[in-house]
Amino acid sequence: MTITVMGSGTQTLIQDLGRPGFAAVGVSRSGAFDRASLQRGNRNLGNRPEAVGLEMLAGGLQLRADADHLICVTGAVGPLAVDGNPVHHEWPAILHSGQILSLGNVVLGMRSYVTVHGGFNVTPVLGSRATDTLSGIGPAPLATADRLAVGSAEGEPVGGEPESRLGTGDLELGVTVGPHTDWFTPSALGALFQSRWMVNTESNRIGIRLDGPLLERSRMDELPSAPCLRGSLQVAANGQPIAFGPDHPVTGGYPVIAVINDADTDLLGQARPGQGIRFHRS
Amino acid sequence: MKLLPYGDTALLLDCDSLDEARRWFAALEWGPAGYEDLVMGAQSVLVRAHPGSVPALRDSIEKTHVEEELQTYADHVIEIGATYDGADLGEVAELTGLSRSAIVSAHTGTLWTVAFGGFAPGFAYLCGGDPRLNVPRRSSPRTRIPAGAIGLAGEFSGIYPRESPGGWQIIGHTDVAIWDLDREPPALLLPGHTVRFVESP
Repeated sequence: MTITVMGSGTQTLIQDLGRPGFAAVGVSRSGAFDRASLQRGNRNLGNRPEAVGLEMLAGGLQLRADADHLICVTGAVGPLAVDGNPVHHEWPAILHSGQILSLGNVVLGMRSYVTVHGGFNVTPVLGSRATDTLSGIGPAPLATADRLAVGSAEGEPVGGEPESRLGTGDLELGVTVGPHTDWFTPSALGALFQSRWMVNTESNRIGIRLDGPLLERSRMDELPSAPCLRGSLQVAANGQPIAFGPDHPVTGGYPVIAVINDADTDLLGQARPGQGIRFHRS
Repeated sequence: MKLLPYGDTALLLDCDSLDEARRWFAALEWGPAGYEDLVMGAQSVLVRAHPGSVPALRDSIEKTHVEEELQTYADHVIEIGATYDGADLGEVAELTGLSRSAIVSAHTGTLWTVAFGGFAPGFAYLCGGDPRLNVPRRSSPRTRIPAGAIGLAGEFSGIYPRESPGGWQIIGHTDVAIWDLDREPPALLLPGHTVRFVESP
């Protein structure tokens, strides 16, 4: 029971819900950037929510079934077809032996998740199958001709809701202010909430860089190395914030002006370069 | 210690010193408080709660007993064989006013303690060194530092577990594997461990 990679796309990674508990030795949690989409795909197929899926960035993934498989594609939306015939996002589709699933360039969101009934079977590293792009821990990115083992199915597929919740408008993300509020001028905090932040093209799973007004610091000394989380809004020396993603460094040397609510960090994984982001207090 | 909210899933223990942060880390690591992840910084500890249980975590942190003094484990010392041939030895000599051999004596002359991990898998911030070795980071970080490189930055010494960029002043290297995924645990140096550097012949 395998699926063969015919084309790996821009970047496709094996992901689950990550490896908690190793931050003290410098290993971030990692895992799917948009966890909700991975979990939705698994739920639609009757898998355990933490079953392994594929996280495709931007587009170009092609998979060939070597036996009959039920698959589901969730998250970012783009052309989706089995042997050239369009199939629905967010809904299980049958991929017969020899058939090819093709994902075109995404037009809504950035990351699509491919789940399979039974989940992909991957050897864990430190208890997880997630690929951590910062530390290099976990499986290598997919390459053409890779054969992915599929586990045996347990639950029954349940369907889904074939409507994407993704849009092209600004993303609205809730934050908790702090912890390093006193490192910034009061006007910096005002600017954080009043501005429309633009997603910079230099963004990845380590962090989403945002362009906007300068967030002015009230003190310029060096912050003693401080722990970070997925969702930390760290303001680097250039006064621009970086919203940390799943592969963030576990500690950082710049102050954190606010932290994005955990559930909203899933949306961050779908932020497209040039898209607007607005923050509000939760 | 100030207990600050950190997003909607975690709390930050903002401490006055590295020593206070280490005592809190030790108390939480071995204490009854339930959490999903515990990360130490130079003067703070981040505690990530189990989903939906930040108030319960806050309660249990407030009830946690913190020792006045840190436990040390000086009876078990991890020896690290080191060759002092680093690219920044000259700069460290200039910054500290010490000769090359005085830098080696100072670095091998005290026991170091793992204060906390971070930066990269297996990387340990070692504290408790000779205060004369306190030097700033390089003004411009190097893009490539080899695995095993031994560096200095501020009051800390550290060993790069694998090749990476970095801004520490490099004074030498070791062949000891600092991070090995085939070992249990993979990190050689864990918070609280005691380390001595020994100059390789």
